[in-house]
Amino acid sequence: MKYDSIIIGGGLSGLVAGLRLIKKQKKVAVFSLGQSALHFSSGSFGLLGSVDGHLVESPVDAMGSLPAAHPYSRLGKDHAASLVAEVKGFFADAGIKLKGDAGRNSSRVTPLGMLKPAWLTLEDFVTADDLRNKKKCTIINFKGFLDFYPDFLGAKLEAAGMKVNKAEIVLETIEHLRKQTELRASIIGRTLKDADIAKLASQINAVAVDSDVVLVPAVIGYTSDKHFNDLRAKVNVPVFAVATTPMSVCGMRMQTMLRRRFEQLGGTYFLGDQVSDGHFAHDGRLESIATVNLGDDRLYADNFVLATGGFFGHGLVAEPKKVIEPIFGLDVEVPSDHDLWVDKDFFATQPYMSFGLSTDDKFHPLKDGKPVVNLYAVGAALGGYDALKEDSGAGVAILTALNAADIIAK
Amino acid sequence: MNERKSPKSYDVIIIGAGATGAGTARDCAMRGLSTLLVERLDFTAGATGRNHGLLHSGARYAVTDQESATECIKENMILRRVARHCVEETGGLFVTLPEDDLAYQKLFIEQCQKAGIDAKAIDPKEALRLEPAVNKDIIGAVTVPDGAVDPFRLTVANVVDARRHGADVLTYHEVVRLVMDGPRVVGVEVRDAKTGEKTVIESKLVINAAGIWGHGVAAKAGITINMFPAKGALLIFGHRVNNVVINRCRKPADADILVPGDTISLIGTTSSRVPYDSVDNMEVTQDEVDILLSEGCKIAPSLAYTRILRAYAGVRPLIASDNDPSGRSISRGIVCLDHAQRDGVEGFITISGGKLMTYRLMAQWATDMACRKLGVVAKCETADKPLPGSEPEQGDKVRSTKAHIIELSTEQRASLGRHGTMADEISFDDNTADDALVCECEQVSVGEIKYAIEKLHANNLVNVRRRTRMGMGTCQGGICSCRTSAILAKKLGDKAALADLKSFVNERWKGMRPVAWGQTLVEANFMAWIYEGVCGLDKNEQK
Repeated sequence: MKYDSIIIGGGLSGLVAGLRLIKKQKKVAVFSLGQSALHFSSGSFGLLGSVDGHLVESPVDAMGSLPAAHPYSRLGKDHAASLVAEVKGFFADAGIKLKGDAGRNSSRVTPLGMLKPAWLTLEDFVTADDLRNKKKCTIINFKGFLDFYPDFLGAKLEAAGMKVNKAEIVLETIEHLRKQTELRASIIGRTLKDADIAKLASQINAVAVDSDVVLVPAVIGYTSDKHFNDLRAKVNVPVFAVATTPMSVCGMRMQTMLRRRFEQLGGTYFLGDQVSDGHFAHDGRLESIATVNLGDDRLYADNFVLATGGFFGHGLVAEPKKVIEPIFGLDVEVPSDHDLWVDKDFFATQPYMSFGLSTDDKFHPLKDGKPVVNLYAVGAALGGYDALKEDSGAGVAILTALNAADIIAK
Repeated sequence: MNERKSPKSYDVIIIGAGATGAGTARDCAMRGLSTLLVERLDFTAGATGRNHGLLHSGARYAVTDQESATECIKENMILRRVARHCVEETGGLFVTLPEDDLAYQKLFIEQCQKAGIDAKAIDPKEALRLEPAVNKDIIGAVTVPDGAVDPFRLTVANVVDARRHGADVLTYHEVVRLVMDGPRVVGVEVRDAKTGEKTVIESKLVINAAGIWGHGVAAKAGITINMFPAKGALLIFGHRVNNVVINRCRKPADADILVPGDTISLIGTTSSRVPYDSVDNMEVTQDEVDILLSEGCKIAPSLAYTRILRAYAGVRPLIASDNDPSGRSISRGIVCLDHAQRDGVEGFITISGGKLMTYRLMAQWATDMACRKLGVVAKCETADKPLPGSEPEQGDKVRSTKAHIIELSTEQRASLGRHGTMADEISFDDNTADDALVCECEQVSVGEIKYAIEKLHANNLVNVRRRTRMGMGTCQGGICSCRTSAILAKKLGDKAALADLKSFVNERWKGMRPVAWGQTLVEANFMAWIYEGVCGLDKNEQK
């Protein structure tokens, strides 16, 4: 089989690269193991939330102050900014509605009621701006659902001067589910039907009589935002979702919607298949790959995108004294002294978080010191940045994926 | 700080709630003494919670220390009876590797038999059939009655029974002063870790069962006990590699015991002398990890590619008798000191040395001495009366309300394994959602967490972990800590609960860090994304 481009990895960066490419090329394939970092999405994308521990007001402006090895610096500030400007429209095309502005970070509200910087946030999710001037909030939870924390969330809102009313909802469908299995966000999201949304809305209206805003756990809308919009239409006051601890229903939704759009446009999506090796030509180009499911039936492409993620996505695998890239054996440089990978304080900067593939300045990964010129590394497989400390994971994933796709399609 | 005096006074105050202290409290209370158990942190927070969890047959000591070997096998048989819910009867093997001297086996078996340990040489092929994880190249094998014992359960069962016999229990109360009346100890002054408030509590006797920290306790009465802090590091593997305890048939050395326990296996230990001032914060070094792994792979080669969950280290509370730098030739013997005779200080006893296996005997010795000093005549019954959780099964509500065990849910069965007959007190009511699962790895329900908080002195996440195994599984608390914290918040309040959550995540990280590669690094990465990313906990105090 021969493709114009093959993307290895079906998380945020892989899907963005695939979707961007399928708009310009005929034959594009994405290989996905299924689970990705989207499965613990907070409902927001970060572009650049802080630099050296200081909160950033305007992420695009702050990109200029980053070290040279940072993916944004390698993209170049101006180029990064022009890509940033396209992102909202790009996601809207896949039906994913986002709010926010790259000129000024907003604040997402965490399941524990903390505020964290955000660039773009799904329309149904709450940000600090949505709570401004609100006086009384009703926090809804489903009985027996353990991954949402009305007490922690409520305490923070009260500390910020709001009145808080907490209500436990008992829906027949969910009760039935609870007694049969464990209530988890994804199971609730999958189970809720149109009729349940109407019942949920009327129960919310009954308990939130004098509230001016309602917060619900982000379990509604497994494959689209339809159910959440239905709920909003039926509840008398503004309703917003607050992230739960994983699995993340909104992350699964985004993955589904990006994939759906990719396939609508003619892309091929291989789910649950793992790329096992690559053949390199004498000039160092990657010629073909093999996968676990397709066996000897090798796949050829002009260009490849490596969107396999970091440690969580298994794009990087740590051994006791080294880190490897498991598919192609690409170069990764880390200190051999394991004590230098980690800090004793879990919440301090952990050096391993910035580990990644060695690449040239066009994001071609190096193999034995030489760039593979038709392979592009995107997203968390890249090093030189700390996605967690900077709140930059989604931004790097999206911008490097768009950039790689644009170079390939040129 | 306010200073107050407790209105209640006791016959005996026991300092330290490891296995020995808890066992002593139980024994004293059973013999009718009014008893108070005080602990500066939590039950099992010291060496009791940081060892192999090995139900020694005594075979390990047979060649070097007959006295310890004899004590071990006797206590081994007693614990199988009185603490059956804490014991797993796995059996044990002593294997000889090609590099070891097979001649040692003969001496070993002779000395075991002399100590009353049922040691039998078997064909190495038979050993491989008994335990397929063992190295296929072994040239000799001996079966012994080793087993696994859960020190957390064992200690809590002793505490519960002490309480049932009228004892009072104070955790998170540190003894800051021994109250003296001339050359006599007449009580303790404790500081409440939560409020900082100090209280004087009077007693006729004080028993120092503080393990390695007993050195500092004795110093408060001007008494010197030279403790020998010997650090022992261990690795926990992510699943049960073996089902039979595997020992190496040679003189005791590093990393020669692999013990299965609950859902995991443990390799240990190393032995190194550490300075006394480091005993509160033991960290496992890369060198120790390397030794444990390379030596461990010799007895069970599959360890090389098994996920390591975490590394930890404890401090053996041995009392120094010579200048042995390894700390191994020192006797594991029990030391029970009457400080009236030794130092001229009345009303003060120290019980130390020994080991987890002999905690009950140590408690008996200390209680015998206490009774003698108080003029009380009462027989020790701890070798005969089962601990709570290990009573005969007839009264077992959880089982009797269900016709067949197959009808119990996984978490009900798991809780029966953890708490024995005490599991009757756990609610699995689905109307209150107490049956909801908090910890998927170890199958811990909301009801069991509530039980630990309400009935087993669980004040924070670490306490809950020790009582229930919440957070001890493959996710190392990644998923369940936040859920449990929300339940604890009802007791602690939200601010304290969140501070506790952060400290718990760091406590999990401490054990993961020395082995943070492979799947353990993935798990740590995942934890970072959940707690710092999604939830927004960070280094700084939240506004």
